[in-house]
Parts: sequence; C-alpha cells; structure tokens
Amino acid sequence: MAEEIGLDIDTLCETALAAIAAAPDLATLDQARVRYLGKSGELTALLKRLGTLPPAERPVAGQRINQAKGQVQSALDARRETLEQAALEARLAAERIDVTLPGRGTPAGGLHPVTRALRRIERLFADAGFAVEQGPEVEDAYHNFEALNIPAHHPARAMHDTFYFNAELLLRTHTSPVQVRVMEEQAPPLKLIAPGRVYRCDSDLTHTPMFHQVEGLVVDEQMSFADLKGVLYDFLRNFFERDLELRFRPSYFPFTEPSAEVDIQCVMCGGDGCRVCKHTGWLEVLGCGMVYPEVFRHVGIDPDRHQGYAFGMGVERLAMLRYGIDDLRLFFDNDLRFLRQFA
Amino acid sequence: MRFSEAWLREWVNPPVDTQTLADQLSMAGLEVDAVEPAAAAFSGVVVGLVQALEQHPDAQKLRVCTVDVGGDAPLQIICGAANVAAGMRVPVATIGARLPGDFKIKKAKLRGVQSFGMICSASELGLAESSEGILPLPEDAPIGTDFRAWLGLDDHCIEVDLTPDRGDCLSIAGLAREVGVINRAALTRPDFAPVAPACDDRIEVRLLAEEACPRYLCRVVRGIDPAAATPMWMQERLRRSGVRAISPVVDVTNYVLLELGQPLHGFDLARVEGEIQVRMAAPGERLVLLDDSEIELRADTLVIADASRPLAVAGIMGGAGSGVGADTRDVLLESAFFSPLAVSGKARSYGLHTDSSHRFERGVDPELQRQAIERATALLLEIAGGTPGPVVEAVAESALPQRAALTLREARVGQVLGVVLERETIVDILERLGMTLETVEGGWRVTPPSARFDLLHEVDLIADIGRIYGYDNIPVRQATTNSAMRPVPEGAFETDRARLALVDRGYHEVITYSFVGPELQARIDPEREPLKLANPISSELSCMRTSLWPGLLQCARHNQARQQARVRIFESGLRFIPESEGLAQREAIGGLSLGAVAPEQWGQGERAADFFDLKADVEALLALTGAPERFAFVAAAHPALHPGQSARIDCDGAPIGWIGMLHPALAAELDLDGNAFLFELELAPLDLGVAPRFSPISRFPSIRRDLAIVVDAEVDFAAVAACARAAGSELLRDLVLFDVYAGDNIEKGRKSLALGLILQASSQTLTEEVIDDAVGRILARLTSELDARLRD
Repeated sequence: MAEEIGLDIDTLCETALAAIAAAPDLATLDQARVRYLGKSGELTALLKRLGTLPPAERPVAGQRINQAKGQVQSALDARRETLEQAALEARLAAERIDVTLPGRGTPAGGLHPVTRALRRIERLFADAGFAVEQGPEVEDAYHNFEALNIPAHHPARAMHDTFYFNAELLLRTHTSPVQVRVMEEQAPPLKLIAPGRVYRCDSDLTHTPMFHQVEGLVVDEQMSFADLKGVLYDFLRNFFERDLELRFRPSYFPFTEPSAEVDIQCVMCGGDGCRVCKHTGWLEVLGCGMVYPEVFRHVGIDPDRHQGYAFGMGVERLAMLRYGIDDLRLFFDNDLRFLRQFA
Repeated sequence: MRFSEAWLREWVNPPVDTQTLADQLSMAGLEVDAVEPAAAAFSGVVVGLVQALEQHPDAQKLRVCTVDVGGDAPLQIICGAANVAAGMRVPVATIGARLPGDFKIKKAKLRGVQSFGMICSASELGLAESSEGILPLPEDAPIGTDFRAWLGLDDHCIEVDLTPDRGDCLSIAGLAREVGVINRAALTRPDFAPVAPACDDRIEVRLLAEEACPRYLCRVVRGIDPAAATPMWMQERLRRSGVRAISPVVDVTNYVLLELGQPLHGFDLARVEGEIQVRMAAPGERLVLLDDSEIELRADTLVIADASRPLAVAGIMGGAGSGVGADTRDVLLESAFFSPLAVSGKARSYGLHTDSSHRFERGVDPELQRQAIERATALLLEIAGGTPGPVVEAVAESALPQRAALTLREARVGQVLGVVLERETIVDILERLGMTLETVEGGWRVTPPSARFDLLHEVDLIADIGRIYGYDNIPVRQATTNSAMRPVPEGAFETDRARLALVDRGYHEVITYSFVGPELQARIDPEREPLKLANPISSELSCMRTSLWPGLLQCARHNQARQQARVRIFESGLRFIPESEGLAQREAIGGLSLGAVAPEQWGQGERAADFFDLKADVEALLALTGAPERFAFVAAAHPALHPGQSARIDCDGAPIGWIGMLHPALAAELDLDGNAFLFELELAPLDLGVAPRFSPISRFPSIRRDLAIVVDAEVDFAAVAACARAAGSELLRDLVLFDVYAGDNIEKGRKSLALGLILQASSQTLTEEVIDDAVGRILARLTSELDARLRD
C-alpha cells in the first residue's frame, strides 16, 4: 500500500515537474498548479489518501508527499519567474518607440526683439534701483518741447520731424517728456527709466516713423557728470556683456548741459573699423547730459539744491547691434521668419 | 557745414594730420561726418598754353593745337572743344597721365593726326558734375607746373554736423578759433583793411523794427565790370565748401559768409528806390523771391524794403526784382544783424531754408557786420572793379544783444563735472575761448565773446570748460549699491507676465505702427472717429488706432502671403480713443490666431484652431488676474466679427474686451485664407489687485454624479452652470461639461449637455441620501428655470 503510494508520488512528481517545465505561458502554468497543487489537485488528493494508510506508514508517506509538493511548488515558482521575466521582456520589446520622432503639441512663440532688448535694459536698470515709468504717446507741445527748454521756432524743433494733430497736440518725438511728468508729480531723489514708443515724421532705409527709446533720469543733491559716466559705463558693458571702451563726445540737447553723445567701441569689429561703424571703430548709441537748470525751474525743483543727469537711447539701435540685425525696417515687418529667431 | 582743410589751415595750422584734426573737432563737439578728398585722384596734368590751332584736315569739329607745356618742344594735341582758343591757358593731360576713373592717356591718332595728350574739361578732372568745353585757366597760371599742385587739390573737404547751439562755428573763422583753442595754436587772420570810400554815393537806412534788426550796414559800389569772372581760387574754395559759383557779386557774398559767418546780400542799386527801410511786412504784401517763387508775406515777417515795396525777406532770401543780374553795374551791399528770434521758424513757415536763415536763426555775431562789408568790398573791387561809397550804418544800440557777465562759482565746476579742476586750468580754458574774466569772491565774472549765443547760464560755461578739458578726462564714478526697496504690489497684473503666457502658448509678439489706414480702421471700429494726424507720412499711416486689430490683421496678411499658414501673434500697446472728455490712451493686449491648432505633426490629426482654442488663451490671461470668476464671456455682436461667434468680455459686468471670429466678409476683403480669430483686452481693468488667499482643503472624499440633460439650443452653457451652481450651493464643488450633442435622438431645436457634478462637503462624508437630494434639487431647478429634461 505504502509502496503503491510511493510509486504514485514519484510518478506524479515527475509528471508535474515535466508539465511545469513545458508550460509555455503563465496561463498553462497556472493550469498545472491547479492540477497538482490545487484544492482538488492530484498531489493534494494523495495527502487525503494518507488516512487510508496504516498509522506506522503515515509519517514516511506524509513526508514524501510534502517533499514532492515542495519540489513542485518551487518548480512552479521558478517557472513563473522565468515566464514573467519573458513576458515583461516581450512587452518591453513590443513597446519600443523611435525616440527621435518629433514631440507633440504646440511649440512656444517668442517676444519681439525690441521687447527682448527692452526687458534686458529694464532689468539691468531695475537691479541698479531705477524705477520704470510710463507716459502718454499723444503728448502736448508743452511737455514734449517747452518744458524741455525747446521753445517754439527753436532750430532744435526742426530737427525733430514732429507728427502733429494740431498746434498743441502731437506724437511725442522722444521719451524725455516722461522726465517732466515724473518731476511734476514726484519730489527728488528720483531714479527712473521711461521706456516706450516715440514717433518722427521720417521714413527711409534707416528711419521708421515709429521707434522705441528708453529715457533715464536721476535727480539728487549730489550728482555729477562723473556719476553719469559711471552709470553708462556700467549699463553698456553689461548690456553687451563686454568690457567695451566708451567715448563721450560733447553735443547739444536743449534740456541738458553739459551734453554728450556716447560712442561705444564697435561691437562688430572690436574697433578695427568695418562697414557698420563706417570704418571709424566707434558707434554712437546714446545721448546724455546734466539736467539743464531751466528744466528744473519748469517743474519747481531748485537747481541750486538738486542736480541731475538724464540719458536717452534708441532701443532698435541697441537691438540691431546686440543681435546683428542689419535692416531697421525688419522690426516692423513682423515677418514670422524674422520673429522666430528671437524666441 | 562743409569746408576746405587747406582754407582752415590758412587761418590756423596746428601740427596735426587730417585725421587727428577731424577727431579733435568731433571730440570738441563739432561732429565730423565725413572727410573726403577735395578732388578725385589724377596725375600727369600740367598747365599748358595753347600757342596756335589749326582745323583738323578730316574732321570739322576737331582742332589741332600746338600746346606749350613747359617742355623742350610744344605738343601737338587734338581738341574737340568749341571754346579752345589760341593764347588760352589750359590743363593738359600728358602722355602717361591718369585721369579720374582710371583713364590712362596714351599717344593716339585721331582721323590720321597724332595727338600727344588731352586738353581737359573741369568734369574730366572730377572738378564739376558737367562742363561745357575745356577749363580755361587764368593768365597767371605758370606754364608747365603740375595742375594739381597749382590748384592745391591735395586738400580735403571736411563735413561737420554742427549742433544748433554752435552757430558761431558756421564759418572758417569760427572753426579756426576752436582749432586754435584745442591746439593752443595762434590764429593768422587774413588782412582785412577797411576800404576807403572813393565816392559819396549812399543809400540811407531807416530801422523801423529795432528789436528784430538793431544794426544794418550798406554800401554802394558803382561801376563794377559785369563781364568780370570769379577767380579760380575763389571758385575752388566755394566748390570745396559745396557752394556753386554764380557771378562775382554772389560769389563774394557767399565767400564772406563762409569765411566769417556773416550772411550778406547784394542788391542791384538801380532797382532800389530812395532808401532802405527795415520793417515788418504789411499783411498781404507779395514778393517774388530769387528762386522765382512768389510768397504772400505775413505781419510777423521782417523785410528789407525801399521807399515803395519789399525787396527781400530779411535774413532769409532776396527778391527777384532787386537782385544782382548779368548786367548789374551798381551794387548795394547789405550786411546786417537780424535777431535770432526775428528769423527763427520764419524760413520754415514759408517752406524755405537758406545758408543765411540757417545762420541768423542760430545767431550771427552782432559785432561782425562792419568787418564783413569791408571784406566783401575789398574782394569785389579786386575781382570786378568799381567805385565804393562810404559804409552807411544804422544802429539801435539799446536793441543789440547785451553781453551780460555771468557769475561762475569755482566750487560749482567740480560739483557739475565731478572732478575738481585747478583754478589755473579753469582760467586758462576760459581765456583761450576768448572770454573776459574778472575775479570775484569764490569765482569769476565771465563775459563770453559776442559770437557765443549759447552761453547764457553758469552751467553753459561749465560745459565749455568740460568740453575743452575733455569729457574723456572726467573720471568714471562707479555707482554705489542701492539698498532701498520699493513696494511690490503682489496682486498687480503684470503685462510682462501676460506676454510670456502668450509666448508659452505659442504666440509671437509683434509691434505694429500706432497709426493705421482710415479704411481698415473704419471697418474694425465704424462708430468712432479716430484721431487723425495733420501731417501723416501716407494715408495708410494717418489714423491713430482705436484697436490693435488693424495692425494684427495686416500682419497676418503679410505672413500668410509669405507662406506662413499658421499665424499666432499678439501685440500690447496703446489704443487711442477720442472721448467727450478728451483723448483716452488705453493700454491693451490683443491677439490673432489663424490656421491649424498645432504645426503639422506625425502623431496628431490636423485641426483648424477655433473660437475655443483662442478662448482658452484668453482664459489663461484672465487667470493671471487672480480672480477669473469675475469675468464673463457674453454673446454680443461686433462689426468686425462673425455674428454667431463673437463675445464681449465683461469684468464685474463692465465691458473690457472682445473675442471672436473675423467676419467672413472682412476676411475676404483682406484676402485672408481660413478663419481668423481675434481677441483684445484692456489691461487696466485686469489689475484687480487680488493676491492668493488660502482656503482649507476638505478631508472628506468627493463623489461624482453624471447628469445628461436636454435643453433648448438657445440656452447657453453659462446659464446652465449658473443655475446648477445656485441649486447645488456649497455642496457642488465643481461642474464638468463632458459632452455637447445635437442630432439623432434629440428633438430638433434642442441639445444635450452631459454634466459631471462633483459634490463634496467640508465637514462630513456625504451619504447617498444627501447626494440624491442635492442632485434632485439641481435637476428640479434646471427643469423649472431652463426647461431641462433628463435625457432618455
């Protein structure tokens, strides 16, 4: 009897192991588990038959059955692991993609290069403690001219090519009127820049009827031309990220004295001379000076107590130099093929 | 102003080369725009004398000339010019000469006769744009000398772009003063001896507008030779200064203008009746000018008149009726001081601009007139002979510009320039500039020279000190760290942030002109009359925009015409809205979407962007306000938009913008392919000042119930959502619309909306009872208010 069971165990165990080894997938393997180790599986059935054995034989037979179960269980586990591994590998292989295909969705657009340059300018000055102020674009003659010491019929007015609506109303020709408006409202000390659109009645290869300027104004009790030079050296070198040489040439603006035009060493040729700098090695980039006492008087600031400096720069000019743009008109064509280059 | 370097160097000759001289001028505030050779490159041209000429045997127009060029034997040269004559001195290009344009002179045979060189015209030598015939040279031109050297053509023309304050430098004399100051070089002024009168002829002068003209000098010169020619040297100097030679009287006045800066005028004495009156024009008086234009004078205009009529617009232009002509024998020279205020703006108001008005507007030295008229007389006599009368001067001393001394505080120099200069340095610079100094406590009393109209205040003197000391010698003072902070309102709506949001959503920023064409403007905003420029560049740039859309539409068209099928653009800037209380300049942000929702791609189907794609972009901007729930999209008609696809955007019930599809009729007019969608938002109302504020998160789970309802097609979703929210009160945490359907199985004129109701309470887990109750309430309200039915 016991031999009979023993024979059964060995045979059954071998058959089970063979079935497990042959199971091609997890489902077949599970069928084998149920068939041999399930509640009504064949090895489980053998255990149930133990009770029919004489008591003395039961421990040996029981041990053998459990041994066989253990053998089958570990074979099952091993086979499952192998099959699971294979299944995962098959899935991974099936899910392989071409990672070089383009991504999906909408690519980002970009800021206009003038805005890009303006943000850079604003950030540099904001870091130095300058506030950003705005003013109207349709301006009155008083703020655009008179308050800046440019009386009617002054030759400097003729240089401005002004767009008029009527004798008193015009499109601002520079951002300088913002200086006046801020000084009318706020008391010194003042430290500000005023970026924005300005307009001149002029249109050709190197002029557009609208362009952008940034005005700067600093008013305090002690302010000198040396301070002005300091700020402009700081700004221009940081804007261009280069240790540029600067040149301050005496010039004339009715609202500053002393006045200067500032040249930078040509950023295209490094000062050796090229087409862009007309072979001079220098590029004119901004105008500046010490606020003229008459301007202070117009806004009720005592010129004996306060001094100030002001500067003004053309943003398109700086953007052209910074990004190597060679045609001013491109800024206002707004061609996407141009704009995409500044994203 | 353009001038000859050699002419300047006759006045002051510092030991510096041309480039250094130009740099010095620029760095002294007299910006040099160009330095050009006075003549094109040529060589091998000498002064020759035509000894004899014969007709060419085979060519009617050619002459065979025998020309002495100072060599062993005269040369045989063929010449085709009509004006060649025996005894004439001429420029001769000898064999081997190179003329402008790299034209090499070789031995040649013309119709069988040998020619050993070429007699040149002015244009062949690059000295004139065009010329008739060969260039005759004066009788004192030395035969055989190099023509280039003889005329001093190895000279430079220097163009200075003078700022309006430096009228004193609009002459060789003025520039020479500056160059002398910069280089500490002495001036050698030409000899200007007064010319003694040789007759008593005089014209009396009456000053009837003393403020405008406090000094007027004139002088009669009788019997000049009308056939006299302006000498070569003077013609050359005029040419190098960019002035055309015309006749001796005109040339002399122009020459003195360039030399001294004093505009002069020559009248034909025969056409001056009685006396000279310097007076304001009578309104309606008319005058034909030298350029043959006729103007009607205004009462604010100063004129030079005789006893009966105006002869010239003072300081601007002479009249044709009294000007010097080819047959003028008796001349009346004028040398006057007109006040800058009397001349400023007048030339422009008549559409004129002359060398004379340019100088008077900026200020002519009021002490220069006598010297200038003496100089002009001397030159005129030298060239055309004649008998001078006495100089007649009328002057109103009290109206002449007064040179008040300015106080210069020594300490102030350092305060303004940021560098402390030695006392001696300051005095030295001011004295070199021709100022008179008187030492006072703490500084000086400084009297500037009469030509310096720009020195009105102490700071003008300081600027001049800085200029001569050298701006580049002023130290660069590095700014110290700024430590004060400024308030940063956290709830502020930042335009820059909005721009970046649109950029991240695929938009490119554009910047378009603030002025647009009236037609497009009227199509977009027909109800408003835009502000119009009085002097636009063109009609297309004449109206101030009241909307950002015209610029965006033009920009879309520009790009679509250049194969850019997908356009996403935006702009921020001012709209100019005329209102009853004046012009409102309001900042706005606007965008345009045209073409596919995304660029062509392998992994997603192509779909044209629609209203809701654009709406999502606008909602992204509204989210930046911190309170998007305060905004509503309300179906409303706009003249530029599709009537079925347009919405007004309200904030707390007030309109702040628009969104919609461009009206198909307008799209067709603009030649735009596909449907364009536009939006515009005013920026100021977006600044709600809302900063984030925490509210507690419920610890209890939320549950979702889906509800499919059928309502009339006209019922908009906003009404459904508002109704559901009102009924669900605080239990309804969120409402999702996951399907909109009309068609089969739905009655005509109705539509089905599939709603996901997200319910949650803050203090308990919801029971089935509470949930059913809430859903029931919502459905009942939808049914009673909007005639909604549950979908079968």
